Amino acid sequence: MLILECPYCGVKAEETELSPGYEAHLKRFGPGSSDTEFEDYMFARKNPKGVHFERWRHVYGCGKWFLAARCTATLEVFGTYPAQSAEPPADLQAKIKAKRPDWKGYK
Amino acid sequence: MSTRLSRGGRLIDRSASQEFSFNGKKLRGLKGDTLAAALLANDQMLVGRSFKYHRPRGIVAAGPEEPNALVGMGRGARFEPNQRVTTTELFNGLEAQSQNHWPSLEFDVGVINNSLARFLPGGFYYKTFMYPRAAWKHLFEPIIRASAGLGKAPKDRDADRYEQAYAFCDVLVIGGGIAGLQAALVAGASGARVIVLEQTAHWGGRAPVDGDVIEGAPADAWVKSAVEALGKMENVTLRVRTMGAGVYDHGYVLAEEKIADHTPGDGRPKHRLWRIRAGRIVTATGAIERPLSFAGNDIPGVMLAASVRDYVVNFAVSPGDRTVVVTNNDDAYRTAIALKEAGLEVPAIIDARVSVTGDLPARARAMGIRIEAGRAIAKVKGGKRVTGVAICIQAGEGSVLEEIACDAVAMSGGWSPVVHLWSHCGGKLVWDTTHAHFRPDATKPPTNQDGQAMVIAVGNANGAMSAADALADAAKGGAAAAEATSFKAEVKAASATQVTEAPMEAVWIMPQGAGSALKAKMWLDYQNDVKVSDVQLAAREGYESVEHTKRYTTLGMATDQGKLSNINGLAILAQSLNEDIPQVGTTTFRPPYTPVTLGALAGESRGEIFQPLRKTPMHAWHEAQNAYMEPVGLWRRPYTFPRAGETHEQSVHREVNNTRTNLGLLDASTLGKIIVKGPDAGKFLDMLYTGVMSNLPVGKCRYGLMCNEQGFLSDDGVVARIDEETWLCHTTSGGADRIHAWMEDWLQCEWWDWKVYTANITEQLAQVAVVGPNARKLLEKLGGMDVSKETLPFMQWADGTLGGFPVRVYRISFSGELSYEIAVPASLGAAFWEALHKAGAEFGTMPYGTEALHIMRAEKGFIMIGDETDGTVIPQDLNLGWAISKKKADFLGKRGQERNYLASPDRWKLAGFETLDGSVVPDGSYIVAAGHNANGQGNTQGRVTSTYYSPTLKRGIAMGLIHGGLNRIGDVVEFNTVSGGTVKAKVVDPVFYDKDGAKQNV
Amino acid sequence: MSEVSALNHAKFDGFASIREIGPLGMITLRAKPDLPGLAEAIRAAVGTEVPATRRIVTNGDKAAGWMSPDEYLLILPYGETGAALAAIAAALKGQHYLAETVSDARAVFRIEGAKADQVLAKLSPVDFARLEPNELRRTRAAQVAAAFWKDEAGYTLVCFRSVASYMMGLLTHSAQNGSELV
Repeated sequence: MLILECPYCGVKAEETELSPGYEAHLKRFGPGSSDTEFEDYMFARKNPKGVHFERWRHVYGCGKWFLAARCTATLEVFGTYPAQSAEPPADLQAKIKAKRPDWKGYK
Repeated sequence: MSTRLSRGGRLIDRSASQEFSFNGKKLRGLKGDTLAAALLANDQMLVGRSFKYHRPRGIVAAGPEEPNALVGMGRGARFEPNQRVTTTELFNGLEAQSQNHWPSLEFDVGVINNSLARFLPGGFYYKTFMYPRAAWKHLFEPIIRASAGLGKAPKDRDADRYEQAYAFCDVLVIGGGIAGLQAALVAGASGARVIVLEQTAHWGGRAPVDGDVIEGAPADAWVKSAVEALGKMENVTLRVRTMGAGVYDHGYVLAEEKIADHTPGDGRPKHRLWRIRAGRIVTATGAIERPLSFAGNDIPGVMLAASVRDYVVNFAVSPGDRTVVVTNNDDAYRTAIALKEAGLEVPAIIDARVSVTGDLPARARAMGIRIEAGRAIAKVKGGKRVTGVAICIQAGEGSVLEEIACDAVAMSGGWSPVVHLWSHCGGKLVWDTTHAHFRPDATKPPTNQDGQAMVIAVGNANGAMSAADALADAAKGGAAAAEATSFKAEVKAASATQVTEAPMEAVWIMPQGAGSALKAKMWLDYQNDVKVSDVQLAAREGYESVEHTKRYTTLGMATDQGKLSNINGLAILAQSLNEDIPQVGTTTFRPPYTPVTLGALAGESRGEIFQPLRKTPMHAWHEAQNAYMEPVGLWRRPYTFPRAGETHEQSVHREVNNTRTNLGLLDASTLGKIIVKGPDAGKFLDMLYTGVMSNLPVGKCRYGLMCNEQGFLSDDGVVARIDEETWLCHTTSGGADRIHAWMEDWLQCEWWDWKVYTANITEQLAQVAVVGPNARKLLEKLGGMDVSKETLPFMQWADGTLGGFPVRVYRISFSGELSYEIAVPASLGAAFWEALHKAGAEFGTMPYGTEALHIMRAEKGFIMIGDETDGTVIPQDLNLGWAISKKKADFLGKRGQERNYLASPDRWKLAGFETLDGSVVPDGSYIVAAGHNANGQGNTQGRVTSTYYSPTLKRGIAMGLIHGGLNRIGDVVEFNTVSGGTVKAKVVDPVFYDKDGAKQNV
Repeated sequence: MSEVSALNHAKFDGFASIREIGPLGMITLRAKPDLPGLAEAIRAAVGTEVPATRRIVTNGDKAAGWMSPDEYLLILPYGETGAALAAIAAALKGQHYLAETVSDARAVFRIEGAKADQVLAKLSPVDFARLEPNELRRTRAAQVAAAFWKDEAGYTLVCFRSVASYMMGLLTHSAQNGSELV
């Protein structure tokens, strides 16, 4: 059972205190977008074996959504950061790159 | 004969006799006995029957690896099947019954399977599926069903209590033998928070039985001092009777504490499930001895060698007067020596090795024990009890050289480290050829959230097989665990006297050239009756993967999960496939290590607190009125309030009629209420709802729909504008938390720069719907505010007081009647509800429940989320296009609804239905269409979504989705029925009652 | 007419004592910590500082707790929420905030005794040995949301009103004599 540290309140929350929100850093496509764009936004998920960016909500704690970088194969957690982030923090990206040299980047 | 010896027994108290019963027979044991020890002391070697062939089976082991000796324990509400006698502590009054036999343990009809063994080979179950279908249905299935299942399921509700608890530590040590204690001493001394778990009631593990000498004294003395030292450390917690069941991600461990198994009914919880989060996990789980595969190795009286000496040394119980020891290693000589020292006879040690050297054989020889090197057991003689062994050459095919009379056989095929906990979370294993076992591969440990090793195996569990090696390894492991959790540790190991042991020799079949007749009597898995011949057959039939072989033969699938059989079975498979054991690999180790009671997994979640039941402030009143309650999410809501002599149907109809003609009161407290406030709140709600909420005037209400991004209808409710910056959004009863979370998701993750706050105030307010022609009269009687049509018209709200209660009154209606929904603070809810009833008596007030609510809304053609919607329905399907803004550039779901499939005119759309005969369309009915689809199923053109008997119209009414929707009005269609026929119905407008709204707009 | 707590002050005595108390006056105040006037608003409402992350500051029978980066829980006598809301409104006039009375949405329990922490350790995935004084911990108790903090005499636990009887059941089950953890 995972432990993720909530970047807002600092609690090292166990999975039962959290609710999952699937892939992070999706760009919303609304009216005016093409079918392909909308399909990608709605349905196309990366589902990688390896580094993955996810949304989690500290639902039984401070109620805030945050983002986590995690290895789906080993469950290693590289870091968590606020949901109000357009992209993963640079230092986190550097840390992941150091640990997973083959990683192609979050996009 | 197995019997109690006159002296010895390190765990028993001879002054404390305990009475117990086995199959109704009164027997006596001693305090400190396991049930197994007490049974053996009473010469009860035969304790059960095997699963498939019903062969007589005796006690094989002395610990949790026991495959045979499972019994039903206790009776009535404390009956438990499949309890291992080897791990059951004896207590006064214990009752046990043997299992899997009929009519009696001694004479069992099912043993006929044994003579049919030839026809029940490995893969029998699978083969039954493949032969003619009729054979499965009429022959195999009835036989398998009649004989399936081990033990009896308890019939009564469990009388015991269970609970769970959370614990946190830096270092969790699992196993309280000398290695575990040593690791804990080192980690504890570093200052780390340490928890030590031991599955039995005693510390020290095997070392005291094996005669190990630590720090110059018998192991017992060191164990005692170590436990005392740990007990004095404030940062160390010791728990006995607690089994480390499983290791999970990120240092999470489940452990089961058996608190009151040995003191049933003393008021304490029976078991406690520990949910432990550890920085590092040290597994000091020891090793399990392997049987040897020789013909007749399942006959009662054939036991593991180390277990035999456990019984002798711990409990002063001798499994037999004359015990033949058969081995491929030096360790089993300890058993021969222990038996001899206890004054018992060891006619011979049969050692498969040609060359026998080492300290222990030398001691045995010196005691005058006959040692037969390079020999094997060709066959064990006896039926329900060993009577002798036939000896042959290990290198040969089994020609009998000699028969030796004996009443017990102590076998040892070597030791397998208990690697289960290491492996649960991905730790890899390496094959150790010296000891012929798998041990943890320290270079491939299970890792934690930081990518670091989270499990450290020590002692026997790590392949350090001698006491001296185990202590040194454990001190190292304990220090590593403490250091990894940021403590400074000193590697300091107790020293043990090293006993030189000669190498063991892997022996997988005895004798190595045994023919098929012998191999068909060599048991690998005792409980599931899997023999050497079965695994070889599986290999011949093409099962190359160990995981497939396991399932095909059921090897290792019994309640012991292959603790004795896995390595032996694997070795046979590898031999049959001409591969090395590591190439074949192991099956997957899965938690729990030994079975965990369902009660412990459920913990406190039983009875009243099985799940949280949400109660409104009026709940007690409803219960006092004998309301029939139904679940709505976790809420319990009154379905109806039946009066004496009424059926639920009658009371529901009475409630509808009374509400339509007089006055009904509904507890609507469960309705979701979410405050949305801020400069951008209007903009936000315009994105959330399909309609426009930003232009709603203060004081007014508007119905709104919410969709998900795919465009499907998700929730509905009335929104009220409270002030310039504040809206109150009503959600469905089940939807408040979900919709609040949905709002927060968009505010936090997408539009985080918008100035909007939300607050879910659902439970702050009790809400009552006052519904019916007399509604206004009641409120006017209570007095305090103007509720007239002029001051408070339909779809407006006002704050004020009623009968002295502070209220917010909404003129909204879900029934089509004159209706006020009135919110009061929850703590006044019950009082307000009662005041309404009291004052309303003269107006014919009655409470009504959810079913009457459903019927009245269906009569009005109002949709219900969850009835008309199922996650695939868009508002347009429900003719709710009027509630979707055409002007807004964007709202959640708008783009989704533009997808061509959702915009298709071919979608099924909402209409009403009236059966021609007035009957009620069955729930779940489809509207049949002509012809069949490609799968030969009848075509459909729609389905019912809500169907009721309308007490108002005195006929069946329904809402449903139909191809063509309202364009089909006037058509007669057919709904299928449960009995296979159809019922004809006319397509009509879904508003069955007061289409103009004359009744609600008064 | 008088306010009633969810369970009418139910109680249970096991190895720790469980009491349902309240209703307490409670206000949920949503505002960013740097909002001008916030400190004044909280001081005016309950007479305390703005609580730091995951802390609760008490002032007699009043307190202010940190619930999330933009949410505070103000605790005060039941009858004083109206005045407090008015004071908050005055201090935060023209600012973006939300303040709502939630006194009746909650049930409040006291768990007291030397082993009070063991009652909660059976229900919440929280390391009680590391829980600091004046730490307001939001978590779950078995299957429902809960918040609690400790003082010299024990713990105060807050949950939703609708699950008050479930919570009482949990606490009663966990505090049974003979089920002490140590």
